[in-house]
Amino acid sequence: MSPSTIIFYLLAAVIIGGALMAVTSLKIFRSAVFLLFSLIGIAGLYFYLDYEFIAAVQVIVYVGGIVVLIIFSIFLTHGSGEDMKRPHWIRAVYSALAAAFGCILTMFYISQYTFTTSGKPAVEPSAGNIGAQMLSTTGHGYILPFEVVSMLLLAAMIGCIVIAIKVKIPPHELLAEKTDNDSMEMTEPILANTQTEI
Amino acid sequence: MNDIGLFHFLFVSCALFFIGVYGFLTRRNLITMLMSVELILNSVNINFIAFNKFLYADKLDGLFFTIFIITIAAAEASVAIAIIINLYRNHKTIDVEETDVMKF
Amino acid sequence: MLSTSLIILIPLLPLLTFVLIALVGRKYFPSLCGALGTIALLTAFILSITVAYDYFFVAGKVGDVYQQIIPFKMTWLQFSPNVSIDMGIILDPISVMMLVVVTLISLMVHFYSLGYMKGEERYATYYSFLGLFTFSMLGLVMSSNIFQIYIFWELVGVSSYLLIGYYFDKPSAVAASKKAFIVTRFADLGFLIGILILSFYAGTLDFQTLILRLTTQTDQLHTIVAASFLGCSALTWGLVLVFIGGAGKSAMFPLHIWLPDAMEGPTPVSALIHAATMVVAGVFLVARLFPIYAISCPPALDVVMWVGITSSFIAAVIACTQTDIKRVLAYSTMSQIGYMMFSLGVSRYGGENGLGYMASMFHLFTHAMFKALLFLGAGAVIHYVHSNEMKDMGGLRKLMPITHITFLVACLAIAGIPPFAGFFSKEEILQAAFNSNKVIFGIAILTAAITAFYMFRLYFNIFWSKDYHAHSDGHHEPHHGEAPGTMLIPLLILGVMSVCAGFIPFGKLVTSDGKFLPTEFHPTFSIAPVLLATLGILIAWSFYKTENSKPQKMANGLSGLYQGAYHKFYIDEIYLFITKKVIFNLIGRPAAWFDRNIVDGFMNLLATITGKISFIIKGLQSGKLQNYAAYFFAGVIGFVLIFIYMWT
Repeated sequence: MSPSTIIFYLLAAVIIGGALMAVTSLKIFRSAVFLLFSLIGIAGLYFYLDYEFIAAVQVIVYVGGIVVLIIFSIFLTHGSGEDMKRPHWIRAVYSALAAAFGCILTMFYISQYTFTTSGKPAVEPSAGNIGAQMLSTTGHGYILPFEVVSMLLLAAMIGCIVIAIKVKIPPHELLAEKTDNDSMEMTEPILANTQTEI
Repeated sequence: MNDIGLFHFLFVSCALFFIGVYGFLTRRNLITMLMSVELILNSVNINFIAFNKFLYADKLDGLFFTIFIITIAAAEASVAIAIIINLYRNHKTIDVEETDVMKF
Repeated sequence: MLSTSLIILIPLLPLLTFVLIALVGRKYFPSLCGALGTIALLTAFILSITVAYDYFFVAGKVGDVYQQIIPFKMTWLQFSPNVSIDMGIILDPISVMMLVVVTLISLMVHFYSLGYMKGEERYATYYSFLGLFTFSMLGLVMSSNIFQIYIFWELVGVSSYLLIGYYFDKPSAVAASKKAFIVTRFADLGFLIGILILSFYAGTLDFQTLILRLTTQTDQLHTIVAASFLGCSALTWGLVLVFIGGAGKSAMFPLHIWLPDAMEGPTPVSALIHAATMVVAGVFLVARLFPIYAISCPPALDVVMWVGITSSFIAAVIACTQTDIKRVLAYSTMSQIGYMMFSLGVSRYGGENGLGYMASMFHLFTHAMFKALLFLGAGAVIHYVHSNEMKDMGGLRKLMPITHITFLVACLAIAGIPPFAGFFSKEEILQAAFNSNKVIFGIAILTAAITAFYMFRLYFNIFWSKDYHAHSDGHHEPHHGEAPGTMLIPLLILGVMSVCAGFIPFGKLVTSDGKFLPTEFHPTFSIAPVLLATLGILIAWSFYKTENSKPQKMANGLSGLYQGAYHKFYIDEIYLFITKKVIFNLIGRPAAWFDRNIVDGFMNLLATITGKISFIIKGLQSGKLQNYAAYFFAGVIGFVLIFIYMWT
């Protein structure tokens, strides 16, 4: 057992263990923290593979962004202290069996398969190389997906604001009133009473 | 890391994936379901990185896919949380068993 | 010759007013719509007069023969290299004559309506409909293609429907408009089949080619004439079916039932559509195809003749008993159109034999003038007394002197008293009938006498008889004297036309073959008809000059005939019996039963089965997200297993 092997098994244990606890814990806040561990473990795995840039992105976006967002939403929506309801036992058994079956099946067929490597010399996955290829328009440049994803992020941002916007009048009453009055008259009070959440 | 190969990583990601599936099917709270989805996405990321590292080290494509998946996951999580908050506001609950008005 | 664009402008101007009024005028300047329509029509009238002058005196003649000129033609629908539906304009004597008639009468009606329809709620709509009708009618007379004429034929039907139903809040007007539309539409079915037969054998829809191919004696024509179906040749069937369409539009017996009811429309509309222009479309159609009728298929022309004379006589008899003045005029219209029809029927193509054709067109022209005048005069009377019934009138000659004089002129014209217009055209018709068929001549001259009788019955009842009293309920005082100037000017113009139109030398202008037809005036021949007409007038004078009991005695004496004529010989009742009792009960009800129980039943069965099945499986749609996810996951695993089984 070399140190690197030990480190890998350690990371794997953190990831799997964190994930298992995250999906079984009855306290929602705890499950979020276990998710955090699991995600950090995955970042460690990237470090282990010498992909420092991806590891950094993983830590920043997942750990620093998404998990924090989830914790915020837990505070906004749920009494974080109380236990969550247990799943129905039939569903739990069915899901566990299905997941275990799928897992074993997949692992079996992965182990049966022989992968072939390209065997060409490796490219340094440095931030400079990544940035150059990400923004290049020739060869295998990723400028188009990059732009598309930026549009997607913009759309998601606007979508979040629209969905989470706080309207004083509940939507069904709003609809009912719109049929009664002229819609032009209604728009102004609605805008005046709105406030953004995000 | 001589004895740690591609298969180890694939097994880890496979286990993570099915843990996520289990969580998605059993959890009754929408936020925890969202967490399960994050786990599934991360298992995919591990797959991409591992394939890139062990099979196609001369390219960076797997890495780019990972970056884009992370970006999309962030967008997806934010929209999902916005929907969950809105749902909570209208129904005072985020239990999936109780939000079943969209049927026949 | 006038430039093509100006000729196209004649029908397009009314169309323009229709579009303009319907789209913007109705909303933004409703009170100006009448003036707009009148000005457009005036322009169109001046243009058509110019066209007529150019055609008849400058450009139309090559040698001695009037040519058919096609100033404009474009292919609209190309079916095959040989057969296409064109949109074109044809100028020949009859179309140019109709152009003048239609624009003149339409102009008069537009002008008259300025006064008559003043203050109506849907004044602008009325003018837009008038524009649509005028456009369609002008398009009809100028069509160069038999299918084009069919399109405009239906368009005049629609505008007639719209105008009859103008007072759509009156149930009787709605019923009348529906009746007119359905009856003429039914006849148009015959027209359409006739078009298909003719064009199938001729291989063209174009009038010139069609007439050329169906009149030139070729082997092909002989096979058509020989091809027989139910005892008649295919060509005869085609021509008779076309004539059925024309008979429907021209209110020939037995398809005339819609015309009296059509009087529910505003009176100027009756003058325009149901007296002067649209109802002569059938005559025009037969005249348009006249060479085919006359050269290739005289039996079809006999049908035209007999239908014409029957309608003429029956309508004249019915007209003697009606009490609604517009209905009297409607039956007189039918009678006069019957005159034109049988005049075409007794005619043959070319030279001396073509006298009937010329007389028919002549009568069409003069009849348009005096019948429009009669209707407009009747409109003025109705405007005054607010009633259509004779019993509400009488003694109006002092109150409405101008209307009285013009009405009298028109009555003399229709009765055929010299020197008014109707005398000349009627003389020609009678002469043509005398030359070909003595039976027809006998009936025709009898009809002429009856015509004089019922027209003067109408005249005396309106203007003499008793002194005029306002309605007993007294809500209407005779507050105004004569009708307004906008209504009187058209009366005067048409009155002048009714006097002068007879002196137009039609033999030089409109003949069957385009050549000059010298018409002689036989004073000896005219004696009998004029005497009979005078006799009719005298009888009417003795019956109706003052109120007396003679008409009642007469009616009692001939009670059977009187009752029959009063009820229009029960033709409406026969139609009702056939449609309601026979068709509804024998065909309609079984079809409805089949539809309700078999067709609908099958559909209901399908719907019920679908509903039941979906009720059974709707539990799957629980609305619970995780159930769906579980189905999905199970499905994925299932697919994976299937793929593994297939590929390993």
